Amino acid sequence: MTTSTHTPVLQVIDLSLRYQTRQGEVQAVEGVSFELQQGQSLGLVGESGCGKTSVATSLMRLLPENARLTRGQVRLNGTDLLELDDEEMRSYRWRRIAMVFQAAMNSLDPVHRVGQQIIEAIEAHGMETTVSDARERVARLFRMVGLDPQLMDRYPHEFSGGMRQRAVIAMALSCDPDLIIADEPTTALDVIVQDRILRELKLVQQELRMGMIYISHDIGVVAEVTDRIGVMYAGRLVELGDTADVFRSPMHPYTAALMSSFPSVHGERLPLQGLAGEPPNLIDPPSGCPFHPRCQYADEVCRTEFPERSIHEDHWAACWHPLEVTVTGDGSRDGCG
Amino acid sequence: MVADSHAVVSDLLMGGNGQALVAVEGLTKRFPVSKSLFRQASSFIHAVEDVSFSLAPGESLGLVGESGCGKTTVGKLLVKLIEPTSGQISFRFPSPDAGSGEAVDASTIRSADLRAFRRQAQMIFQDPYESMNPRRTIYDTIAEPLAVQGVGHLTDRVDRVTEILTQVGLTPAGSFLFRHPHELSGGQRQRVAIARALVIGPSFVVADEPTSMLDVSSRTGIMTLMQNLAQGLGISYLYITHDLAVARYMCHRIAVMYLGKIVEMAETEELLGNPLHPYTRALLSAVPVPDPTYRRDRPDIRGDLTLPINPPPRCRFYDRCPVATDHCRDNPHPPMEEHGPGHWVACYEA
Repeated sequence: MTTSTHTPVLQVIDLSLRYQTRQGEVQAVEGVSFELQQGQSLGLVGESGCGKTSVATSLMRLLPENARLTRGQVRLNGTDLLELDDEEMRSYRWRRIAMVFQAAMNSLDPVHRVGQQIIEAIEAHGMETTVSDARERVARLFRMVGLDPQLMDRYPHEFSGGMRQRAVIAMALSCDPDLIIADEPTTALDVIVQDRILRELKLVQQELRMGMIYISHDIGVVAEVTDRIGVMYAGRLVELGDTADVFRSPMHPYTAALMSSFPSVHGERLPLQGLAGEPPNLIDPPSGCPFHPRCQYADEVCRTEFPERSIHEDHWAACWHPLEVTVTGDGSRDGCG
Repeated sequence: MVADSHAVVSDLLMGGNGQALVAVEGLTKRFPVSKSLFRQASSFIHAVEDVSFSLAPGESLGLVGESGCGKTTVGKLLVKLIEPTSGQISFRFPSPDAGSGEAVDASTIRSADLRAFRRQAQMIFQDPYESMNPRRTIYDTIAEPLAVQGVGHLTDRVDRVTEILTQVGLTPAGSFLFRHPHELSGGQRQRVAIARALVIGPSFVVADEPTSMLDVSSRTGIMTLMQNLAQGLGISYLYITHDLAVARYMCHRIAVMYLGKIVEMAETEELLGNPLHPYTRALLSAVPVPDPTYRRDRPDIRGDLTLPINPPPRCRFYDRCPVATDHCRDNPHPPMEEHGPGHWVACYEA
């Protein structure tokens, strides 16, 4: 799970994205860098507007008109996607890198059979040549995400929300991508349905040895499905590490605050700490560390200079005053089953 | 006989001490499902079916369940946004202008009384982006209940709105008075919604998922604010949420709903620590745990949620229940029974 000598599936280097708006230029993503190994899953967490979805749409190059990538590289198995022309990118999209969008269950075409929509995606990317092969593939995908293959010829309205979301995941998997990006795929669903989909998704991702980027505001979900976790604040990646390490001992004060503001149903009822203040305006972000106006540890250097991290460590935080890393594992709660 | 058993249940639910602020007995709401415009409905969605509970003054009761379980319908029935098919809701408000401590039967409240009723019972809605008129200023939005109720003169109202804005943490209040909703963040809008609900000093507030649309940071702020206001002003909440973790922090007691029925009700920590209904157990074990070392049990539940259209009389949870027996299939929906002090469960197998 830690650093390996393999070439990573994905290398994001110094990615920066701006949106032009009437109010001014929004610094949506600023100098984001991370790597993802084959079969590894990375969670991106943060509040709305922190840039996590912008990172995802940048990787897919599905950006709105007013967006501009100002710097950076997105290397998928060595190829910089940002250097590809539109035609080349189209052959990469869905085939090599696929995405499940927020509330994607509403993106199925209501007048076409669910299976047929996936077959079209398969054919469009030249994955299977005959209809029966394509149907066979869809049946396999359905089974993979826990749907009965007999439902293939049904229409979207005959599916429940959870079933539609599974169908969309099946569609994203239909071309065997190297990397799948899931942007809040279960946010609109009830917990019991969410639980099932998370289990299927994790199983499939491990079976196919895909890379996965899982975007969520719910750190509980991210804790369960990811190997690594990246915390974003104000367009920047402020902490990155193995999920277990980050949860056991968060280094960035923002990460710690985020975690202590989540109520839990299990274990002791700890007081909610919460986060004072509001996320900054990214048209005019604060100087230095963008978290300094909300940070209890902020001092002069935090106000003037962004804490660039100097070394590639397994677990790092962009912070002048990182919290102490606890070495012992005593903090972990007892699990069962 | 049915009515008698309700009376007994509601007596027991109160624990026999003190008077309830709100007492609900056998509350039922059915929505007709029409196949055609000209035909009478032959099917009904049994949205809320024979629900009984009560709420003490200052107490917060969480109503928890999945989408479509009828929890929002219960909320709307309690503040008289819709009328029940059958059942009783009675209020015993502390304020003299709502019947000087006498129990008020909600079904008998009409026009003028309704205005007095609304001073005591308010609702906070889920979506702070949808629940406010975008053309009106924050002052207009919050002052409207005062105008409708004819409370004070214009200058008093400005003072009152300023005061409540300060109470909900929108300071300096003067800088918010003449802003419009689009100038505020989601968290700030929800504070305005809370201010609007509380400005006329209600004793009972239905809060329908007030934090589910909000970000983590503003969510904690709103939860803390609502708790402080409840304590400071002696407000009772019916707190509707799909999130057991949020209910844990907001509520003294939790009632779990499944397809229009309350299936379990107990003090919060008792319910979470000792869930007796198989549905509560499934719901609880489906909540993701923000701790990578914790291994959750797989929720023990079959199938998918259905709509309660003309449901069979047996236990509503029968089709999805992991412990259902022939007895559950052949008998009516189980009655609420007390399995410990204040711990009520509707299950033959509990």
